[in-house]
Amino acid sequence: MPDIAIQNINHNYGSVHALQNLSFEVGKGELFGLIGPDGAGKSTLFRILTTLLVPTSGSASVAGFDVVKDYRQIRRRVGYMPGKFSLYQDLSVEENLQFFATIFGTTIQENYHLIEDIYVQLAPFKNRRAGNLSGGMKQKLALCCALIHEPEVLFLDEPTTGVDAVSRREFWEMLQRLKAQGITILVSTPYMDEASLCERVALIQEGKILSINSPAAMVKSFDKPLWAVKSDRIYQLLLDLRTFDLAERVEPFGEYLHIVGRPGISQKTILDFLKNKNHEGIKIQPAQPTIEHVFLELA
Amino acid sequence: MSSTADHIIEADKLTKRFGDFTAVDAISFKVKKGEIFGFLGANGAGKTTAIRMLIGLSRPTEGEATVAGFDVYRQADKIKENIGYMSQKFSLYEDLTVRENIRFYGGIYGLSRKKIKEQTGRIIEEVGLENSAGNLVGSLPLGWKQRLAFAVSMVHSPSIVFLDEPTGGVDPAARRQFWEMIYQASAAGRTVFVTTHYMDEAEYCDRVSIMVSGKIEALGSPAKLKEDFSASSIDEVFVQLARGGAVISD
Repeated sequence: MPDIAIQNINHNYGSVHALQNLSFEVGKGELFGLIGPDGAGKSTLFRILTTLLVPTSGSASVAGFDVVKDYRQIRRRVGYMPGKFSLYQDLSVEENLQFFATIFGTTIQENYHLIEDIYVQLAPFKNRRAGNLSGGMKQKLALCCALIHEPEVLFLDEPTTGVDAVSRREFWEMLQRLKAQGITILVSTPYMDEASLCERVALIQEGKILSINSPAAMVKSFDKPLWAVKSDRIYQLLLDLRTFDLAERVEPFGEYLHIVGRPGISQKTILDFLKNKNHEGIKIQPAQPTIEHVFLELA
Repeated sequence: MSSTADHIIEADKLTKRFGDFTAVDAISFKVKKGEIFGFLGANGAGKTTAIRMLIGLSRPTEGEATVAGFDVYRQADKIKENIGYMSQKFSLYEDLTVRENIRFYGGIYGLSRKKIKEQTGRIIEEVGLENSAGNLVGSLPLGWKQRLAFAVSMVHSPSIVFLDEPTGGVDPAARRQFWEMIYQASAAGRTVFVTTHYMDEAEYCDRVSIMVSGKIEALGSPAKLKEDFSASSIDEVFVQLARGGAVISD
């Protein structure tokens, strides 16, 4: 049985359709990513699944329990890290953790094994008020507090937004370890590189699912010609390539611009076009698609 | 200091200490006019403190710096008048309309009515808000708000604009639209000084610096840094530096 099952969920805020007929399942022990921008409906879905919001229509279950009827059972079995830092700013690191353990009728000692990897990094600051921690540390503390009652399912709403590249990497290493312990994880992120670290992802935009698949299969489904191009005048290059009739789309990708091409595009046709436009320092090479390309294609 | 003609920022051993803690430790660097300069670093590396000194909000403990030709100690007010700044905390008024926000900031910077009118038309067109100019800013999608905030930060036509994590939380398409505005500003001769946690965005910059524990540990074009660190991306360079143990080449 799946740990999370969502069937035809709709949610409206007045006339705004935040979620439109969403259906998908997350298997036991799966690490599942919800990938989409601000306003896509990710947080609304999290709030429904953690029983904080009753959906307008449709049904969903978590750990086998219905999100409306059995909300009490669900609350005991899930951990939730909301997008906004929601711990007590004026309690210390240790006090926050103790508070959450007590609320759930357990102790830090009992489940210390679950948070040990993370908590050792926080331990030097255990007497510091949570409000005075850096972004990366706040996020680690929030994860500890969401884990201390040994949840079966973990909901993480944009846990790495505003966090630097190194802390993001460490955070995802922790998620892999939690997954190895059998915890089901639903995580949302606006970072496309994090998508490739999930077993399956759903691309979501404006309350609708664009695609659900494994990251590898998603990338494989991208079958258009893709070229990376740069020249000495990158902005002019962008403007010029937008007028190139063999280019379907042109977008900045790191140092290069990426062209999603139409049939007939080749190194030579691109080069001829750019020489004609008086570009210098031209470099053209084939590019490999990523989840980000898939998202841009679908969005 | 010399060569102010080519450089819009010159910092020499700029330092800020809070008690025993050295948040920014003698950083020296120059930013060229019209350059897109990426200012990178881990959370807590000292980026925000450094920026606050450069924009005249925080007095340095030691060292020298000029921004747009003005001294950070003696001419902090001049700096504030002559730069644009967009903070990571969204800075427009959510309960004012698009038009009202532009008028408000235009007024703050002392623009004439005529100039404000001109700028309002230009900004609304540039950001593509023709149909939402009378709407409350709070009702706009985040990507539009960010582009509007960027345009408004340049309402007084500053020669340099500071952007502190301008694209947090938006999708790849919206991030790219934002960066196209940066390219456009730079192509028009404006200097863009930008911080970001997205390492792919770092590669859009002409040059980047990477701060670790208050010091600038690497500075150069993305291509040069990748070569120096034998890395395939700036993300790898960043991780090598921030995790320590890397040797820095000149």
